[in-house]
Amino acid sequence: MADQIPLVDYLVLGDNPHLVARECEQCGSRYFGRRNACAGCFGTEFKTVRIPDEGTLETFTIVAQAAPGIPVPFVSGVIDVDGTAVRANVVNVEPNPDKVTMGMKLRLTTFPIGVDEAGVEAISFGYEPVG
Amino acid sequence: MSEDIWILGIHMTKFGKHPDKDTLDLASEAVMGALADGGVTMKDIGVMGAGNLMGGAGGIGQQLQKQVGQTGIPVYNVANACATGATALRVAAMAVKAGEVDCGLAVGVEKLAGAGLLAGGSRADNSKNWTPQGRQGAVAALDGRVGTDTMPGVFAQIGMEYGHRYGGTSFELFARISEKNHSHSTLNPLASYQKKMSLKEIMGDVMIAYPNTRPMCSANCDGAAAAVVVSDSKLKKLSAEQRRRAVKISASILTTDPWEDACQVLPNVNTLTRNAARQAYEQASVGPEDLDLVELHDCFATAELVHYDNLMLCEEGGAVDFFNSGAPWRDGKTPVNVSGGLESKGHPISATGIANIWEVCTHLRGEGGARQIEGAKVGLAHVIGLGNACGVHILEKAA
Ligand SMILES: [Zn+2]
Repeated sequence: MADQIPLVDYLVLGDNPHLVARECEQCGSRYFGRRNACAGCFGTEFKTVRIPDEGTLETFTIVAQAAPGIPVPFVSGVIDVDGTAVRANVVNVEPNPDKVTMGMKLRLTTFPIGVDEAGVEAISFGYEPVG
Repeated sequence: MSEDIWILGIHMTKFGKHPDKDTLDLASEAVMGALADGGVTMKDIGVMGAGNLMGGAGGIGQQLQKQVGQTGIPVYNVANACATGATALRVAAMAVKAGEVDCGLAVGVEKLAGAGLLAGGSRADNSKNWTPQGRQGAVAALDGRVGTDTMPGVFAQIGMEYGHRYGGTSFELFARISEKNHSHSTLNPLASYQKKMSLKEIMGDVMIAYPNTRPMCSANCDGAAAAVVVSDSKLKKLSAEQRRRAVKISASILTTDPWEDACQVLPNVNTLTRNAARQAYEQASVGPEDLDLVELHDCFATAELVHYDNLMLCEEGGAVDFFNSGAPWRDGKTPVNVSGGLESKGHPISATGIANIWEVCTHLRGEGGARQIEGAKVGLAHVIGLGNACGVHILEKAA
């Protein structure tokens, strides 16, 4: 397990992989990634908060044409996780508009995307249907 | 109160493939066309706003001056994604409004024919050693791994989100919007495509990002547009014919996103458009019900739907009913994109935010030919540049 690295720094690996957000101490706005200040209230103090693993699909598209090297089709979506919007792929579901439905319950999942020359495995994340 | 400002001259090149013309040829044609249309020369121009995103070398404005007239005036080279043309026009409008000059020029140009998917580029190979980079510490490209960066995909999600919130949308509904625009463009000789497409053809075409098929996406093409803006006091000194054809800029607005939850996750094209529309209606003292035609930013069929609502052409949540009522067809209550829109007229990015104003002006002047909206007196032109920037202009026929 030591030889793993997350695709992005807001994905925390370990026994219970999960996402974390930067939350503004002053107004509670949440962001993913490094911040200079809060775009909402201009505050500069942030804390790290854990994002729950389950959410609902708020919107999606099925990308059929993408840049060279990107496997298609895939489902891109925005997941509402307890009031926080997360951008991700919807995985482990047939990329078909009959199978992907608005409001469907989804859960965070992680999977490897490759190993580098030093033997380190990169781990990505997506959301899969619950049940 | 500052004085009124007017479009004195405006020109749009044919949109489409121009293999024999480069960026400067197209921009020059637009500028010289706008000057001639307004009955002025480069000598009258006190400021220039210029936009071009894909040309590579910077300083499109200066390069252009070297072709059409170097008079030493200030040039503002601007970039605001698909709102670049509207931003260039805002430069001229602000300078005239501020009284710094009495006559300004704006131009937008793009060579885009044959360009593929915009944004995304191509995915680099995985690195030999995973190294966190950028503001999210990414060890590999995120496009396609953490959602999509492609425009058709982003705007598909925007339209689908509207459907999820208010109901009534379907693949077919979005395709019907495209059917309308492809039908409208059959009357526009300057459109890239002038071929009617059936609903079956549109739905059966190549899928790009569900529910947007190829004809439901903006058409990459070459084109340019330019406009000459003058102050009211300058216009008063011009000929009766120039005054008759001048079009009043009743509102000129540019907005960006105010912070709200999720706006940094999926672009929110709604709030800033709504804000721009509200400000524009107030500035112009007109309401959506007064509009005789609207050119809005249908970069994708899924985008047109949400902007019916954002521009308040319908009640909140009522965009599907508005479309189904036939209102946005050219014989409907509020004709939308009678030019064919970005899906059929085409979308040479930096030209779009001036070309839509040319379309509205053409109708207000009664020079629309076969596609003239009879008796048009007030029109609105809207653009969105992802990132985001939103331009809204309200134009009125000279009294
Ligand atoms: Zn804050």
